[in-house]
Order: sequence, then structure tokens, then C-alpha cells
Amino acid sequence: MKNIKGSVCLGLALLAGVCFLPMQNIEAKSAAQESKAGNVEVKIDNFSFGPMNLTVAVGTTVTWINRDDIPHTVVSTDNDKTFKSKVLDTDENFSFTFTKAGTYPYFCSVHPKMTATVTVK
Amino acid sequence: MSDKKKDEILHDHNHDGIDRRGFLKCMAWAGTGAFCVIQGGVLKSYSMSQMGDMKAEDMKGELSFAQISDSHMGFNKAANTDVAGTLKAAVDKINGLSVAPQFLLHTGDISHLSKPEEFDAVDQILKGATAKDVFYVPGEHDVLNDDGKQYLERYGKGSKGAGWYSFEKKGVHFVGLVNVMNLKAGGLGSLGAEQLEWLEDDVKHLKSSTPIVVFAHIPLWSVYPEWGWGTEDSAQALGYLKKFGSVTVLNGHIHQTMQKVEGKVTFHTAASTAFPQPVPGSAPSPGPMKVPPEQLKSVLGITDVNYVTGQHALAIVDSKLG
Repeated sequence: MKNIKGSVCLGLALLAGVCFLPMQNIEAKSAAQESKAGNVEVKIDNFSFGPMNLTVAVGTTVTWINRDDIPHTVVSTDNDKTFKSKVLDTDENFSFTFTKAGTYPYFCSVHPKMTATVTVK
Repeated sequence: MSDKKKDEILHDHNHDGIDRRGFLKCMAWAGTGAFCVIQGGVLKSYSMSQMGDMKAEDMKGELSFAQISDSHMGFNKAANTDVAGTLKAAVDKINGLSVAPQFLLHTGDISHLSKPEEFDAVDQILKGATAKDVFYVPGEHDVLNDDGKQYLERYGKGSKGAGWYSFEKKGVHFVGLVNVMNLKAGGLGSLGAEQLEWLEDDVKHLKSSTPIVVFAHIPLWSVYPEWGWGTEDSAQALGYLKKFGSVTVLNGHIHQTMQKVEGKVTFHTAASTAFPQPVPGSAPSPGPMKVPPEQLKSVLGITDVNYVTGQHALAIVDSKLG
């Protein structure tokens, strides 16, 4: 459990941003507690996924939001093709809940140079 | 044409196949228009400003067609809130050409989101063109969500596979290729084994003197792989065209004019009728580029191609919309 919590803290701290360094630990901890039932957001902007490498706990719902002027998709490239969004126009989003631990590489099938990974622990 | 002109570029394909100086000059003209003639494997290229000096017969051919690309019907962001208006302007431009094109090529991204009403709107606007035949290849924006099913239903009559086909016009062999399907993570545009096999067979029986025009959405040369502007198996496709004395490759996708000559192959990308994209590497991403409204039509355009039978020549002219 320690490892899981540690990873979640790290992942969420990165997500929350590190602008307020003194607050980082406190915020990350409270966010980690919420994350079991919570959401994590991935922003699609400038033809890239941010963060590119995301680590979340089992049960986390990840929501991708397209902030580009161009449509994108979110398509997993693991053997099971775990998730695949419809095309997302500007400001549209797609969510997927990760119920199994593992590494989930994915890409935008419209712009295949856009690749990223979700790691579920 | 025999007079030595200041900006004339002579490309000698006995050397390394790339005239870098000439390529850079053509690049410098991007957006302002260039006129290129290939004769016996030698490319001669002139800036638009010199066209006044050229004889009419140099610009006329027995076969004339216009290329439009990347109309992105449905796009309504700041880079262009009226893509229907600029497509209409492109049709007006084509209808006003001194040599009327016999048909049009649309090199893909007809629609922005593959919506039926977007395709309908483009069809309606293109009905205003004097040239009635339009030959299409799909862009990645035309095959969203359904693996290209709708595209094939609308435009794929008589085509093979994902929509590839060939046809003859006045002795010129045209090949429309599809390189926007089954794209792999991290990869570039892709033709795939089935299409490559078809292409090899399609051109096998043609005489080497047959002029070839290949058109596809994503460039069939490596424009800027970092932004996905290239096709991973294009070298194999071009390998099947090696025996031909004149090959012209027309692409879209990058929303700007660019040209390169390699051996007997001339590569050319057309401007979009919808919005410009940045010069490779000049911006963090290839997203739509916003220019002042009064400049928009100067970065959109059409491409006009003329073929002179017997002279082994294809002349490519880019025109701005305004």
C-alpha cells in the first residue's frame, strides 16, 4: 500500500503543478485520498498529451480534454486495445476508468506522432 | 523559353538528384506562386513575376487540370471562420483561369470532422466549378470514426481497397493513393502492403515514356517527419515508378506550397483553401496559423497543372486566392 500511495502522491503532485512548493505535500496527500473515487485530467494541447506519462491508482477515471483547434483521438495501443475514443473536437472530452493495473500506451490515431502512456498501479 | 532567365533553375539529375539551390528558391516562392516546367527530366522554374515574359504556348497544354486541397469544411476557429467562403473563392479562381481545367483533383481533408453535412457542403460548392469531374483521395479528416466507410460510399465508386484507383487522360496516367488509413502509433502516413502490390501491378505494363501523376493526401516525401509530414513506405511506391521519364507527385496535408525535385520525380504540395499551417519547425506544433484577416487569402490557394503532349512537360502553377 505504501508504494501505491507514494506513486499516487507523485503523479498527482505533478498534475497539480509544482508552483506552490511548500504546499505540495499537503495538497498531494489530500488529492491522493480523493483519487480512489476521483478524476485525473489529461490536456490535449499543441498536438501533445499532457502529462505524457501519467501514473494513477487502480479505479481512477482519466478524462482527456481537447484544447486544440484541431480534432484528436485517444486510442490505446496495448494488445487488448483497452480504450478508443470517438474523434474529439475542440473542448470535447473522453473518459476511461482504469480497473486493472498495467501500462497503457496510447496515441492520437489522426496524428500518430502524438503518443503517451498511462501507468496504473 | 530558350532565353536564359535570371531565376532559371536547371536541375541535372545525373548528379545527386537534388538541386538544393533550386529547391530553396522554390521554397522562397511558397505563397507567392511558382511556375515550373519539366522537359526531358530537366526542371525549369520561374517566379510569378516572370510569367509576363513567357509565351502563351509555354503555359498552354493539351491537358489542364486544377488541384484543390484541405477544404476542411466545418472548421470554424479563429484561423478562418468562413471556410465555405474561401472554397467558393477557390472555385471562382479556377473558373477564371485563362486555360480552363478539364477536371479537378481534391487531395483530401474535404471535411473537418467527416460529418455528412460537411461533405454535402463541399459537393454543393464544387458544383459551381466549370470543370464537372472531381477526382478525390481522402485525408485523415475524411475517415474519422468509421474507417473511411462513408468516404468510400460517397467517393469510392470503382476504386480498390480504401479508395485507391488510376485513370488515363490524354496519355497521362493518374494514380490516386490513400495514405491516411491504419496509422501506427509514432508513425507517419502509410500506404500498406495491399496498395503497394496494386500499384506495382497498375504501372507494370505502361511504357516508360508515359507521364505519371500520383496524388495522395499526406506528402509522399519526407517534408518534416517530426510533425508526421511524410509517408513511411513511400520509397517503395516511388521504386515502382523508377522507369518512368516523368513523374509528378501532388500532395496536400501541410497547408502550404512546397516543391522538391529528385531525379525524374517532381514533388509538389498544394496550399489549403481553408487555413495556413506553419513552416516546418517554426512553431511548437503544426496547428492552424492565424494571420490578419486581410492576409488570409494570400496564404490560401489552388494549383493549376498543364501537360503539353509530345513535349514531355507538366507545368505546375500555384495561385493565391487573393
